[in-house]
Amino acid sequence: MAAPALFSKPEQGRPQDGRPYKLSISLRNRLNNIAARVFWLITLIPVGLVIAITVALAVRSAPILQSHSLVELFTGTVWKPFGGQFGFLPFIAGTFWVTTIGVILAVPPCLLTAFYLSEYARPITRNIMKPLLDVLAAIPSVVYGVWGMLVIVPFVQKTFMPWMSSHFGFIPLFASNQPTGFSVISGGVILAVMIIPFIIAIIYEILKTVPQDLREASLGLGATRWETITLVIFPKILPGIIAAIVLGASRALGETMAVLMVVGNVPQIPTSIFDAAYPLPALIANNYGEMMSIPLFDAALLLAAFILLLIILTFNVIATLVLQRILGRRGK
Amino acid sequence: MQPHIQVKNLNVHYGRTHVLKDINLEILPQQITVIMGPSGCGKTTLLKTLNRFIELVDGTRVTGQILLDGQDIYSNDVDVTEVRKRIGLLAQRPQPLPMSIAANVAYGMQIHRMKSNRQEVRKSVQHYLEVAGLWEEVSHRLNDPATSLSTGQQQRLCLARGLAIEPEIILGDEPTSALDPISSQHIEKRLLTLKDTYTTIIVTHTLRQAKRLADQVIFMYLGEVIEAGPADAVFNHPKVERTQQYLAGLF
Repeated sequence: MAAPALFSKPEQGRPQDGRPYKLSISLRNRLNNIAARVFWLITLIPVGLVIAITVALAVRSAPILQSHSLVELFTGTVWKPFGGQFGFLPFIAGTFWVTTIGVILAVPPCLLTAFYLSEYARPITRNIMKPLLDVLAAIPSVVYGVWGMLVIVPFVQKTFMPWMSSHFGFIPLFASNQPTGFSVISGGVILAVMIIPFIIAIIYEILKTVPQDLREASLGLGATRWETITLVIFPKILPGIIAAIVLGASRALGETMAVLMVVGNVPQIPTSIFDAAYPLPALIANNYGEMMSIPLFDAALLLAAFILLLIILTFNVIATLVLQRILGRRGK
Repeated sequence: MQPHIQVKNLNVHYGRTHVLKDINLEILPQQITVIMGPSGCGKTTLLKTLNRFIELVDGTRVTGQILLDGQDIYSNDVDVTEVRKRIGLLAQRPQPLPMSIAANVAYGMQIHRMKSNRQEVRKSVQHYLEVAGLWEEVSHRLNDPATSLSTGQQQRLCLARGLAIEPEIILGDEPTSALDPISSQHIEKRLLTLKDTYTTIIVTHTLRQAKRLADQVIFMYLGEVIEAGPADAVFNHPKVERTQQYLAGLF
């Protein structure tokens, strides 16, 4: 029997059906080129989408920019669509209030957990805890919202707010100006819980890029684990920690469902953590598609979306660039 | 002479692998003891048991005793940081801490609260950089990041950093293997001048380095100590066939 030909010609067909036994080289190359082009086109879709959405939002929000000045829109505090008054400041303020509280609450437990898992935990603990944290990230946001309404809001209303106002009520930040628990603190707590697993995962990844030799250099001098963490590892990965927090914040900024369920949705500038607020995503989700007959209402909501998009894109791009530089160093 | 370190019936397992088998040794003070042997023979593992680095690796089990001046460093009432303060390690690759040159040397002194004021810290930093033979090259840029030094300079910085915590024993895990020949020479020269003050234990896989440095030699093969004794005796009149073969370059 003859050895199988490595480059059999097309006419050496399979006798049964007469079709070519193997594709010619030129045909194989052409297939390869077609595949490469198709993949390239499909890869372009997400990039195109980001650009298309940004452009569409800019175009659709243009009408309100023509009749109102930017200063008026961004510093205005009155939201009366019927009267043609569109002040976005309460919504922008609400967004940053909720996000800031969420991030402040999230960062300490994130740092402690990530450092524990990476530096102290035994492999078995790590292998159990890490997937559990990832599951936390997979809980749908509406479930967090329901949990917030059932647990967090009543807790804030009945326990936390009365206690704080009786002890720290003289500080404006902790004044209780309204009786319900629907407040920026409730929104912040929910957001914190939602972004915690996300930030932990990133910090943990960054900690894994720290060479074991560096830990040993410190431990070998008689340093404890704690000294090694605070004096060597933490300063080394600080830029990465900041990037992780910014990335978490950009998630929090855009989070809609869970927040709008607990935050009260009152268009005002909060002055206390127990005030209600109305973040941008909640504004859009609650109103878009309704009362669209009001002049400029549609453009105003799309401007809100545009502002939100720009804020989050900025946060994301900065954080991603920093992280890429850090994670890219791995293995070198 | 009283041995500085005594190793008694030491066994180490990584999971199911038996990496060190019934090691019994005596390390003499103020001498350079060189541990040599082919790669994978357990010499680095043996070194790591001496400053308890072995317990940083998950799944290891250590049995037996390592006595430092008669006290078992693995006993429960011994503090591991105290062990590592007394037994310094010079690693295979220099690993500067992410801080300035001066801060690297001061790091250990500060952790162990060894100096009462900054003046003393600064004086010690200079002293140990001089001992490590680095002072002249870095005296004008002590606040530069340590990573800006060359690899050879970094290794001398690590030596200065290790000496600054005033250990009694210096461990070296192939401390010149990542260095160029001139930097290696620097380090070897330092180790030879330091041996009057410190008990030194060096792991190496280059026979020539072993011959240049050793007062005492430990030859290991497949997790066992095959032969140990004064350098002259082991190099010139090895008793065991394995040692003869190794010295002849047969494996």
